[in-house]
Amino acid sequence: MSGFPILSLMLAVPLVGAIACLFVGDKMSRFVALGATLATFVLGCILWAQFDIGGAQWQFTERADLFGRFQWALGIDGMALMLIMLSVFLMPLCILASWEAVKQRVSLYMAMFLIMEVVMIGVFMAQDLLLFYIFFEAGLIPMYIIIGIWGGANRKYAAFKFFLYTLLGSVLMLLAMIAMIQEAGTTDIPTLLNYDFPVQMQTWLWLAFFASLAVKMPMWPVHTWLPDAHVQAPTAGSMILAGVLLKLGAYGFIRFMMPMFPDASGQLMWLVFVLSMIAVVYTSLVALVQSDMKKLIAYSSVAHMAIVTAGLFAFNQQGIEGALIIMLSHGVVSAALFFCVGVIYDRLHTREIDRYGGLAVNMPAYAIFFMLFTMASIGLPGTSGFVGEFLSLAGIYEASSTVAFVCTTGIILGAAYMLYLYRRVVFGELTKDDVKAMPDLNPREWAIMAPLAAVALWMGVYPESFLAPMRGDVTTVVARLAPAKPAGDAHLAAGKPKPAAADHGAPAHGSSHAGGVQ
Amino acid sequence: MTADLALIWPELILTIGGLITLMIGTFAGDRQVGLYQLASLLTLAAATAAVTALFGVNALVFSGTLAVDSFGGFAKLLIYAASFVAIIVAPRFFKGGMRAEYPTLILFAALGMGIMASARDLMTLYVGLELNSLAAYVLASFMRTDERSSEAGLKYFVLGALASGMLLYGISLLYGFSGTTDFAGIAKVMGGELNIGLIFGIVFVLAGLGFKISAVPFHMWTPDVYEGAPTPVTTFFASAPKVAAMALMTRVVIDAMGPATTAWQQIIIFLALASIILGAVGAIGQKNIKRLLAYSSINNVGFMLVGLAAGTQQGVESVLTYLLVYMVTTIGAFLVVLQLRDDKGNQVESIPALAGLSQRRPGLAAALAVFFFFSLAGIPPLFGFWPKYLVFEAAMNANLVPLAVAGIVASVIGAFYYIAIIKTMYFDDKSDTEFPAGGGAVAEDAMITASALWLSVIGYLFIPMLAVASAHAASVLF
Repeated sequence: MSGFPILSLMLAVPLVGAIACLFVGDKMSRFVALGATLATFVLGCILWAQFDIGGAQWQFTERADLFGRFQWALGIDGMALMLIMLSVFLMPLCILASWEAVKQRVSLYMAMFLIMEVVMIGVFMAQDLLLFYIFFEAGLIPMYIIIGIWGGANRKYAAFKFFLYTLLGSVLMLLAMIAMIQEAGTTDIPTLLNYDFPVQMQTWLWLAFFASLAVKMPMWPVHTWLPDAHVQAPTAGSMILAGVLLKLGAYGFIRFMMPMFPDASGQLMWLVFVLSMIAVVYTSLVALVQSDMKKLIAYSSVAHMAIVTAGLFAFNQQGIEGALIIMLSHGVVSAALFFCVGVIYDRLHTREIDRYGGLAVNMPAYAIFFMLFTMASIGLPGTSGFVGEFLSLAGIYEASSTVAFVCTTGIILGAAYMLYLYRRVVFGELTKDDVKAMPDLNPREWAIMAPLAAVALWMGVYPESFLAPMRGDVTTVVARLAPAKPAGDAHLAAGKPKPAAADHGAPAHGSSHAGGVQ
Repeated sequence: MTADLALIWPELILTIGGLITLMIGTFAGDRQVGLYQLASLLTLAAATAAVTALFGVNALVFSGTLAVDSFGGFAKLLIYAASFVAIIVAPRFFKGGMRAEYPTLILFAALGMGIMASARDLMTLYVGLELNSLAAYVLASFMRTDERSSEAGLKYFVLGALASGMLLYGISLLYGFSGTTDFAGIAKVMGGELNIGLIFGIVFVLAGLGFKISAVPFHMWTPDVYEGAPTPVTTFFASAPKVAAMALMTRVVIDAMGPATTAWQQIIIFLALASIILGAVGAIGQKNIKRLLAYSSINNVGFMLVGLAAGTQQGVESVLTYLLVYMVTTIGAFLVVLQLRDDKGNQVESIPALAGLSQRRPGLAAALAVFFFFSLAGIPPLFGFWPKYLVFEAAMNANLVPLAVAGIVASVIGAFYYIAIIKTMYFDDKSDTEFPAGGGAVAEDAMITASALWLSVIGYLFIPMLAVASAHAASVLF
């Protein structure tokens, strides 16, 4: 942990790149953007290599008293590190994915993507409440413009819906932040993490944060902006939206709501569980009947994020670690799936599932990659999806077997809609002439698919690389939550079954299962 | 008396400078644009220097009717800066129609506004207000051959007279029931039992002042006057008088009505919420960019009133910060509007004509859209977020939680029309209107660039400075 401000540098590189993109013209801007994102990725790798697992909770901290009322305070823990890695890994792939697909106003497009990268990693680095809010909200502007200019036919409606929905949620969170600053007298996140807010106040603050984060997440019933935004956004826009932006909500849950308002989290656990259960089943069923590929994957994202929320609110080591791994895995896999859709969309310019069929014949390489990501989304052992789902469901089961049962149905449904999608697009007879004419992956597409596939397998085969940096932080959160943790139903003595409705009223206190999982 | 005169240098400079400018116009003729423009700008610069020199002095002059303090100083600096811009941009807009009356009237309006910001007596308040208003009525109809300009002037005059009448009625009631026109004296009476006469006085005075800051329900004149008045004049109206009237209102409610908080607070809260909501809703259907900016100013005044409703020093600080940021934003937006000319050199004010502007004039569109509109909507990371944060923080700290919740939720309605304009400029296909690069307006381009940069993240670096200045200014009222 040298004094070198590597975090500020990671924010500065894409920012400078963004400004440069605006001035170098369309052709050069692609290379500038790729260079800037790759440089940031290299910096991210250095960050990971230098990160001291098991060391101080907050590392690479920087502090500059620039703004009077709040500070330029950066620092990361293991969870933030992993999410930053996810962002910087996906960014160059997004730039490559839009290399040919975006033809108009390229320099503006590249600049917006680089600004997007700045605010995303800024959110994960911020150690000051107001700085966090500024980064958190700043993402709205580039995303609004990306969807609105380069999106599909109904892009303007989708952009408005995305912007206003998320803004409405966020302003309530801002008021809650003002109240927190007023109560605790500081904007410093590490201090606030250990501040005990009065229980009555916690409930209000929790609800205000929930209003914002549930929209970002998105949770049922405030998820409706997501399918619109995804369907209308350009391919790379969907990749980054599903890959990283959806994780902001979950990051807010584990960074703010759970450790800062533990009592309220315990009391309102049922709300999260109920919404998650509905989301898992309902959105999976909706996904099953979609005829638009992007919409299907968008709904599957909502279902996956619901397992994340349920896992987080299991309040135990496995549940939270599993939820974090799902976040990373979903980031990679859903970005890959959206790219798979983008590949064939670029060739045929339609997302209608029925227009395709038999791609296995003329696009074998594509079919194999698509198969791998489909399996990862379903959660086949050996892929990233399995690790996360298994861990989080194990954690949920410890908290409530009912919730675990319902969430598991969601996974079965998930297998159904993904396999059904795969069958209709890739298998079957190759009858349509325009589909026959589609060429297989070109080198650029290979260059995007291969790293995504490698990471999906890496995370599935040796998840310890990703779990190790986060384990200590999860333990801290679990310890913080322990006093507020309602008893789970997994420790009942045999022979004394009781109705699930009484889950949270049980007087006995469940022993917490801390420690590694491997 | 002589000692008093030494403390009102800014006012003296403006009076003398205004008369000199008028003389230059009379004897050298209206063609000598450079000459009288220079005289007026020098006057403003000198007045600014005088205010700066007096910053920190805290004195009452002319038997306590006028306060020379840093609160007034803060407001005057903003007013003079706005006047400066209004004079610089005028010749290019009026072309051959520029006359020496224009800078003269701006100077006299600025003088009146300076008196408004310093008034500590109901009489000086009224004198300052009318001096400003009379100059403003003439400015609104400055293009006397233009139908819309004349209409704007007349409308402004009639409604302004109505407002003055209400204000005077309120003043007479306050005087009648308290026996004094001095703010401190009135405050002493307000500290006791509030009788019906005093309450009526408060209502009418606030209604009269509500006209000047164009708070709902006294806002009706604003869109018409903004649309009809020549754009440099609108730039002026949207900035300086807002600052002066807001400063005046702050001084009246804190200094004169301070002890009767519960009486005025309800009125301010109503004005605030009504302005935020109606300003936002009214803006949605607008097709003219000047009308849109008028509604935006109504909306923003609502947010300032949220800070004022808190009635605390923190609240006043937030109002002052808001005024500064709002002024930079709104002047910047009008400067961009001034640059919007089609290939025949006519001003373009219609919003549909701006469709696809980002492809024709990317720099201008970026300035207008990303900086001014996202900033006015208060979306971080642009600096417009910061004053909004401060006013809501002040309201929360004063336990006005329902007001804060209602205001912040209503701000989302406001965001709708700001992003709608961005949609027009960025997402829509190009309109038929050409926007050839004007060129030649180095000063305007420089001001747009500077304010846009300041409103982007750079502004945050000035927070410590702003905090010190606004705290210093606000502390004199408490």
